[in-house]
Amino acid sequence: MATSWEIVMGLEVHVELATKTKIFCSCTTEFGGDPNTHCCPVCTGMPGVLPTLNREVVNYAVKAGLATNCTITQYNKFDRKNYFYPDLPKAYQVSQLYLPICRNGGIEIEAEGGGKKIIGIHEIHMEEDAGKLVHDPWTDSTLVDYNRCGVPLIEIVSEPDFRSANEVIRYLEKLKAILQFIGVSDCKMQEGSLRADINLSVRPVGSEKFGVRTEMKNMNSFKAIARAINGESKRQIEVLEEGGEVKQETRRWDDNKDASFAMRSKEDAQDYKYFPEPDLIPIEISDEMIDNLRNSLPELPEAKRSRYVSELGLSDYDAGQITSSKYLVALFEENLEAGYPAKEIANWIMGEVMRMLSDSGKEPEDISFEYKHLGALIGMVQKNEITRNTAKKVFKAVFETNCDPVKYVEDNNLKTVTDTGAVKAAIQEVVAANQKSVDEYKSGKEKALQYLIGQSMRALRGKADPQTVTAILKEILG
Amino acid sequence: MVITDELVTYLEALGRIKLPEESREKAKNDLQEILQYIDTLSELDTEGIEPMSHALPLTNVMRDDVVAPSIPREEVLANAPAQKDGCFLVPRSFD
Repeated sequence: MATSWEIVMGLEVHVELATKTKIFCSCTTEFGGDPNTHCCPVCTGMPGVLPTLNREVVNYAVKAGLATNCTITQYNKFDRKNYFYPDLPKAYQVSQLYLPICRNGGIEIEAEGGGKKIIGIHEIHMEEDAGKLVHDPWTDSTLVDYNRCGVPLIEIVSEPDFRSANEVIRYLEKLKAILQFIGVSDCKMQEGSLRADINLSVRPVGSEKFGVRTEMKNMNSFKAIARAINGESKRQIEVLEEGGEVKQETRRWDDNKDASFAMRSKEDAQDYKYFPEPDLIPIEISDEMIDNLRNSLPELPEAKRSRYVSELGLSDYDAGQITSSKYLVALFEENLEAGYPAKEIANWIMGEVMRMLSDSGKEPEDISFEYKHLGALIGMVQKNEITRNTAKKVFKAVFETNCDPVKYVEDNNLKTVTDTGAVKAAIQEVVAANQKSVDEYKSGKEKALQYLIGQSMRALRGKADPQTVTAILKEILG
Repeated sequence: MVITDELVTYLEALGRIKLPEESREKAKNDLQEILQYIDTLSELDTEGIEPMSHALPLTNVMRDDVVAPSIPREEVLANAPAQKDGCFLVPRSFD
């Protein structure tokens, strides 16, 4: 009988912090910019410069730790991780090896097959990001841009608690939501401000011992992560079933080829020669500082989700979806505060907003219309000024162009025709022009009525309530 | 600890340098002497003493998160042996 295999994974998640300046100098952290224009002698590693720590980095790291149930290390130091690669002008990265700022936390996720499961967080440490390398095909050389060099990162190291790709995705979604809510990162995967490396091994079900693991890098979306996990676990199982051995190595996931490849570089450079960073002095985090930061945390997604269910009567599923994004919550809460009914707003978010996001391949953070426009739209439907169908069309325009829905309805003359005289007149015209259908209806064909309703709605350009139209039509037809 | 030929080769690899054949023996001896000198520290009793990473009795020297201008790109790239499109141009370093 074939062996059944279990996948065991741990995650290293790098998150760029949303500070205005870099970790050790006052250069901006703004994304993009012309190459090498966000640089100074400190972040380009000129000789003789002295780094000074950005206090906001410490605050954000502590907040991230508190929001993920970690213990805060009150006496912190930085260490140098030495490696030779052109993305690092100093030839070392300032990181924390011996005394990471947060330890022993965890996040609760929904387990595979129901129930809850805690994913342990081994540690969170502070470090600096490296520069960006671009291959130049014309010279077959590498172009180096140090704008990103020195942007503050936290690395969140999980315990090897994952057993499936779904669990990994749920954890990442939750982590992303928490970090966005507490404002420490925008977590934009496409801009690289949230990056995950996956340590993966397989073992026969029931085995206590971990298998040899590989580390996978270079995944820039949740979907790519899921594909990478499936691809790499299959590869390892094949190797083992053919009697081979999995090599401990770093592999790069190529999403286009749907396969991972062993990375050759850095292989000899695994000796990082860590030592304490002498240019930076220790950080002491007082109880008072921790209390202040704890008190500054907003309501976290889990608490919000329960409250939406118990106080606002949303379904657990809807509440879960909305609280998975800081931006959906903002959209929801702004309109709730403006007095619109919770369920109606939730229905719009779960329906049209989600549909438009998914159709346009966008994330909630890409929403570019003013949140209040959704409420205005809901208000018009409530007052029967427009039909639901019209509202959906108007929303499309709002979503795409951020137009004012009230003005859009006026400009395009989309208001529901409430003048029954006008509705009646339009229907009478339709009836007069379609004698054949009228006869068919009278001889018992229900389909003919649907046709006449359709023609009448069309004559009224969809601006009448379909039920009213049906009633009037039946009345005319007798 | 004894400095062996293998260790010298390993250090060459880590430091990305190649010692001329005639200097290897001297380097080996120098490294051995440096280690011996450092070893004099182990004559001290350091039982129960926390290792220190800094000589000054200071903590929490930090700055506020306020942006200051960066330096002009020409200055950033001034010492670059080669440049292209505003970037440092270095030997191919991808897999």
